[in-house]
Amino acid sequence: MMTLELYNYWVVIFLMMAGFYMLIASNHLIRKIIGLNIFQTSVFMLYISLGKVAGGTAPIAAEGIDTYSNPLPHVLILTAIVVGISTTSLALALVIRIKESYDTVNEDEILEIDRIADEEGSSA
Amino acid sequence: MSNINLLIDVVLLTMLVLTTIAIVRLDSLFAIVMLTGVFSLLAANIFVVLDAVDVAFTEAAVGAGISTVLMLATIGITGYEQKRRRKISWIAPLTVVMITGAVLVYGTLDMPAFTDPTAPIHQHVAPRFINESPTEVGIPNMVTSVLASYRGYDTMGEVIVVFAALIGVLSLLGIRRNTEEYEYSEPPARPVLQVMSKFLIPFIILFALYVQFHGDFGPGGGFQAGVIFAVAIILYALTFSQQDAMDLVPPKLLKILASLGVLIYGGTGVVSMLKGGNFLDYNVLAHDPIHGQHYGILVIEFGVGLTVACVMMLIFFAFISRGDKNP
Repeated sequence: MMTLELYNYWVVIFLMMAGFYMLIASNHLIRKIIGLNIFQTSVFMLYISLGKVAGGTAPIAAEGIDTYSNPLPHVLILTAIVVGISTTSLALALVIRIKESYDTVNEDEILEIDRIADEEGSSA
Repeated sequence: MSNINLLIDVVLLTMLVLTTIAIVRLDSLFAIVMLTGVFSLLAANIFVVLDAVDVAFTEAAVGAGISTVLMLATIGITGYEQKRRRKISWIAPLTVVMITGAVLVYGTLDMPAFTDPTAPIHQHVAPRFINESPTEVGIPNMVTSVLASYRGYDTMGEVIVVFAALIGVLSLLGIRRNTEEYEYSEPPARPVLQVMSKFLIPFIILFALYVQFHGDFGPGGGFQAGVIFAVAIILYALTFSQQDAMDLVPPKLLKILASLGVLIYGGTGVVSMLKGGNFLDYNVLAHDPIHGQHYGILVIEFGVGLTVACVMMLIFFAFISRGDKNP
């Protein structure tokens, strides 16, 4: 079953591209962050898919089991998830500050406000 | 992988794809944030099917729990309404995405088949972890052995990143105490929720402690326990008030404890150096190397749990106290 052998990876690529699309096609900052989060989860999915072994079980040693899935990707992704939420919250905190300064979270409007401020600054 | 497992895997992945399509297409931010919760829960289910129980644990607590709450707090401040999007051309982004995706799909054709035990990833390092760690480190959960012992240095870096993110959030937002008295004079607005959460919170905290200290033997550990503990306090803050939660766990104390967690982790490394070993080499902590490993892992997992729990609570407090300022 050639298609199912690579199905996991194709779903990973779809999620990655969906997140990428949200990031570049949207001008709303929170949508961009959500796009990044989807991208991030797709990478998690890739690592965990790579770690799965046919006939294996969760990597916790027990009697009578000799095939385990690869524990290394699990470790990397476990910590990455917690780091991911920390960095996401940092991004959201920046968005809140931008909202307070510019009264908008729309990228185009922010750039427009910056441009007007620059022109006023240079003419003054 | 048995056929039924493969079927479950394929069905869950397809549901994940459908959720993603909905997230990309929807306009309402509130609906998008709710769907990201669904997305995380589905992802956690897939991780279980793929044997990554520790990861699933973390994803369910972080993605479906804390992340959704923080997103909601943010859109509560920035506004639910999305201004009508400028008619940006979707053709250019879509083309870029399609081309990138096509190249990546072409790349997968060379990859070893899913679950293939002879794939390169399973040949290097992993056999050592799987075969030796139960005797070398002496605990059954290999994920914990690798996380806390073999790659302890790496994990310390992760904890410091989490701590640094906290410093960033606090310097951007800060935590304000609401000093106005009117919150106290209000009668409880949600009696059913409040009573129910009072029933639940002790069990959530008990479960967090179980996950913390049973992480050597079953799925769990400091990262998961810290997040679950924080969720209990967040639930309290949501059903009662932010003020009540801050009286229960004062932010000042949390700041000290969050730094203490990092200090415990690093301190364990320094102690092992003073005892004549390498940094974070637990073998020298006790007369018997196995006992040393046990002590080391227990202590650094406690440090991780402490830091993660305090950081999550502080970030949450920072977000909701900002929300009060902007009604």
